[in-house]
Amino acid sequence: MTEQRTRGIAPRSIGTSLDRVDGPEKVTGLAAYAVEHGADEGVSAPLSVWLVTSTIAKGRVSRVDPSRALAHPGVTAVLDHTNAPRLEQTDNGELAILQDDRVGFRGQVVALVLAETSEAAREGAALVEVSYEPEPHEAELREDNATYKPDKVNPAMETDTDEGDVDAALASAPVLVEQTYRTPYEHNNPLEPHATVAWWAEHEGREVLSMFDSTQGVHGVVQALAPMLGLEPDQVRVRAPYVGGGFGSKGEAHAHVMATVLAAQTTGGRPVRLAVTRQQMFSLTGYRTATISHMRLGAGADGRLTAIEHAVQEQTSVVREFAEQTASPTRMLYAAPHRRTSHRLARLDVAVPSWMRAPGEMPGMFAHEVAMDELAVACGLDPIVLRERNEPDLDPETGKPFNDRRLVECLRRGAERFGWADRPPEPRARLDGDWWIGTGVASATYPAMKQPGNTARVTSLEGGRYEVAIGSVDIGTGARTVLTQIAADALDVAPTDVELAIADSLLPSASVAGGSSGTSSWGSAIVAAAQLFRADHGAVPAPGLHTTASAADDPASEAYAFHSFGAVFAEARVNRWTGEVRVPRLHGVYSVGRVINPRTARSQLVGGLVMGLSAALFEESHRDPRFGHVVTQDLATYHVASHADVLDVDAEWLEESDEAFTPMGSRGIGEIGIVGTAAAVANATFHATGTRVRSLPLTADHFLE
Amino acid sequence: MPGVVRGTGLTMDIEIDLVVDGTTHSLSVDTRTTLLDALRERLQVISPKKGCDHGQCGTCTVLLDGRRHLTCLALAVAHDGAEVVTAAGLGSDGLHPVQRSFLTHDGYQCGYCTPGQVCSAVGMLDEVAQGHPSHVTEDLTAEVDLDDAEIRERMSGNLCRCGAYPGILAAVREAARG
Amino acid sequence: MRALDYRRPESAQEAVELVSSHPGARYLAGGSNLVDHLKLGVAAPDVLVDVSRLPLDDVEEVEGEDGAVLRIGANVRNSDLAAHPVVRSRFPVVARATLAGASGQIRNQATTAGNLLQRTRCVYFQDVTTACNKRKPGTGCSALGGYARYNAILGASAHCVTTHPSDLAVGLAAVDATVVVLGVEGERRIRLEDLHRLPGDRPEADTTLAASDLITAVELPMVDTDTRSTYAKVRDRASFAFALVSVAATLRMEGDRVGEVRIAWGGVAHKPWRARRAEAALTGGGIEEDAVRAAVDEELATATTDDGTAYKVAMVRNTTTMTLLRLAGEVRR
Repeated sequence: MTEQRTRGIAPRSIGTSLDRVDGPEKVTGLAAYAVEHGADEGVSAPLSVWLVTSTIAKGRVSRVDPSRALAHPGVTAVLDHTNAPRLEQTDNGELAILQDDRVGFRGQVVALVLAETSEAAREGAALVEVSYEPEPHEAELREDNATYKPDKVNPAMETDTDEGDVDAALASAPVLVEQTYRTPYEHNNPLEPHATVAWWAEHEGREVLSMFDSTQGVHGVVQALAPMLGLEPDQVRVRAPYVGGGFGSKGEAHAHVMATVLAAQTTGGRPVRLAVTRQQMFSLTGYRTATISHMRLGAGADGRLTAIEHAVQEQTSVVREFAEQTASPTRMLYAAPHRRTSHRLARLDVAVPSWMRAPGEMPGMFAHEVAMDELAVACGLDPIVLRERNEPDLDPETGKPFNDRRLVECLRRGAERFGWADRPPEPRARLDGDWWIGTGVASATYPAMKQPGNTARVTSLEGGRYEVAIGSVDIGTGARTVLTQIAADALDVAPTDVELAIADSLLPSASVAGGSSGTSSWGSAIVAAAQLFRADHGAVPAPGLHTTASAADDPASEAYAFHSFGAVFAEARVNRWTGEVRVPRLHGVYSVGRVINPRTARSQLVGGLVMGLSAALFEESHRDPRFGHVVTQDLATYHVASHADVLDVDAEWLEESDEAFTPMGSRGIGEIGIVGTAAAVANATFHATGTRVRSLPLTADHFLE
Repeated sequence: MPGVVRGTGLTMDIEIDLVVDGTTHSLSVDTRTTLLDALRERLQVISPKKGCDHGQCGTCTVLLDGRRHLTCLALAVAHDGAEVVTAAGLGSDGLHPVQRSFLTHDGYQCGYCTPGQVCSAVGMLDEVAQGHPSHVTEDLTAEVDLDDAEIRERMSGNLCRCGAYPGILAAVREAARG
Repeated sequence: MRALDYRRPESAQEAVELVSSHPGARYLAGGSNLVDHLKLGVAAPDVLVDVSRLPLDDVEEVEGEDGAVLRIGANVRNSDLAAHPVVRSRFPVVARATLAGASGQIRNQATTAGNLLQRTRCVYFQDVTTACNKRKPGTGCSALGGYARYNAILGASAHCVTTHPSDLAVGLAAVDATVVVLGVEGERRIRLEDLHRLPGDRPEADTTLAASDLITAVELPMVDTDTRSTYAKVRDRASFAFALVSVAATLRMEGDRVGEVRIAWGGVAHKPWRARRAEAALTGGGIEEDAVRAAVDEELATATTDDGTAYKVAMVRNTTTMTLLRLAGEVRR
């Protein structure tokens, strides 16, 4: 494998709306997701596994009595901490299940039931009797208990920043906005529940573990599991040909993956399958922490910011630390000489938080962009003018120039498209029948990221065709399609001449489909391999030649701060009788580098906007601190947006190409659609009603008169 | 004891027949087996997906005896003899027009809710043809005008977490116009 | 879910005999709530008695004891009920309440009787790891001091604070429907208003029915053609969600005075709440905003709320006002 400096590629297929290459399989349902693989793929007569989860939040398991479960017809085994296979490493408290009797949160895996059918497994799980020695627990995030300062926040950022003299600047600021904003617990809720199939076999004298897993990264699962199991990475094979959404929650292996693997260790090679129930997903597969943001903005009467303070309180779990980087966008978005951010956590006896679409930016930008709206009102300024006045010349966080900061263009283009000029400056100015009408805007930003550890392989086939292989995963983003386009343009062939192989850890290494980094990371590796292949083997290679390469870092790019930007515009209607909120229009304009496939890109951006709308209006996981678990643990009580809630939602983007970032000119689009969206909707509801709501979701009860 | 005894106290397995996408299957199910699990786990018919298993997401929608129906809240034993059409069996020759519209308008991303959306759309259009009103129908006694609000309301039993709703709406609108 | 037997009786009579002779037996109709509960462990019957194929699926106008009624068979699917021409033209409140519930797929599955007998969606009732007096009498009520957004504000007890989830039941309560029940002692009729009960100290009993009672039909007294009716539902999303608050109302004006008004509320109590005090206050007067608000407040005089449910008072007041003003033609829809 070689590190190859990439050159920009001429877009031919890139920029066209190539049909999704996996469309027909998806619309017929023949695409096989994790637990849908059959005997032809090695999954012969699988046993079903069902999880038994703790009903206390903290303490010890004193006894697991499997006798009634084992007596149930079809149940073949019950595993608990006394008889489950041992792990080599147990430092990952989330994955090291059934290794001891400790209970760290309610809903933790305390036993597994294996059975011939899923019906028997479910009933078996209900029949396992678990006794506990409970201990007092703490499961509520409050301002008075979120005091722990972590060493870093995700992924590896400073916990606190402090520049200038914030207190003095705030004390002397002619205009001050000082408010607290709250976002609730949110669950990713991909429609395919997390699911894994695993089986063990012997190959040439070595144990081999094979898995189908619903994951955002097959190599990541290998890297997490292999050392814990005492295996070399090449003893574990993970495949994920189709993944029914993830939104971050499948970005890392969670406890159910280990549960499946441990269960499979006990069956003498027979495959086992486990699909987490929707209810269990609320405890076991990650979620976004609730956040409390204390914002202080100091400004001149002209709206120019002199000081920005964003003090975050949020929560992690005792079992495993996860510190959401909620204030991170505040560090770079607007100019101000005095700036301070901080993160303090409550370490709670609760399920392990994890990644959820735009971790950090989503809750943090809700706070910051509603605060900006309040500042605009306080200064009597149009919210767009306010943002224009606070454009920084350099990245306030690093002092580097932005490679391509086009926030103001996004705001102006969006304003034009949305008809912003017609907006009455005063709130509560328009009533149409029973509905108050208002409009709101918010900025969006998301860092452009590339992950290390990506390698691609190009192999020449008969007839001028090429296999392009990388172990990336398409979780619905369109990766399978856009990587085909990137490979085609990098090789200067038609997309139909590319056979793309992905979603298998036997293929060259790929980073996670997350952080809006997938296409940039994998695509750069593909371009590197393609360009090196051409250099080594020419334009008309014999079949069977191959080249494997990674993209070398470009030292020149170190000089820049790379971010994407956007502007979100929302119209809100609030019913004067019932308080119900509708969003008839939600438009985003984005600067995201070159768009590789307008069709799939639009769906990514619109999908982000819809998820942001859903968070704005509906989403809230209610954790009952008495018990420690989320009690709104299904899709009837945890509301996500339905068809009827999504009216005119659309996205467009500025024509541009960022070849300093990737040879494709692209920057990544998976998260930015959700960033700022809830703030835009909240600002629109304020403009409609005059009622300022500083917590999500914006439910009807806030607007009752 | 009166009644048709279909199980026994000892074995919970019962023989039933299902016609799935035109093929008749005789299969053995547990009295507790849902139609969804009978299809997915007994017959390896994977087109109907399991998203919530509690009737809250719509991914398991099929046409059951001609109408759109969830399969997760239906016991297989109660549907002995039923005719099931999944998204894999909708098209008589290649893809069904609704499916082609989904492709055109990118009415999906991850694809997991898609077979249910497609079956729901086909069943919904049939309900409209029969004159069924909806929650948003202004005049309950008039003929249904299938505007965007009607489509959205009638499709609201099918959640899409990827947020492909605008594409699905466009697809269903196009399919409705034939 | 437990191992269970499955029976499919040939007649309603047989069904009643089967269930009355098996303490662990339960009727299965559409299954949209019962199968849900089997999986959650909320219900654990030994025997399922499938009544879904019994011929109880006609909607017809018949002559009842007190005049003409629209008789709706217990197995009529929600979608067919809402689509029936007479229901649509004469009982819009029933059609609209039905259409406000669940989703298109579920309305194709759920039956008329099953809809009425669906159980609360209280998150603690559905979570067998928490205490619930309704699910397991005597264990306590976790909803007290817990997640309260969907809790009752009228008629709750120290044992149970939940609400009934059916929209259809609220619509039926507003049209003085009667439920036809077949029991071991034969057929009887129960006013819909008396079918569901307040929790008191027996929250495990949602209704006044015995376990072996089988609802065979619902009867709606035919209404005057000058009676207008509608159903308004406020929920957390625009569709496919249970009510925070709902209002079913029928209104017959005599000139500019209320001849007859009937108001039923959903989302506020353990049963559809017929707002008779508000009805009495409004009858004979005009439908004006202040009058409706005052009438509602009279009905809500006994309401009890906490931080989680306080919003419901204003929501019920506003939604009722909006609904009656619309019916009176004072407000464009």
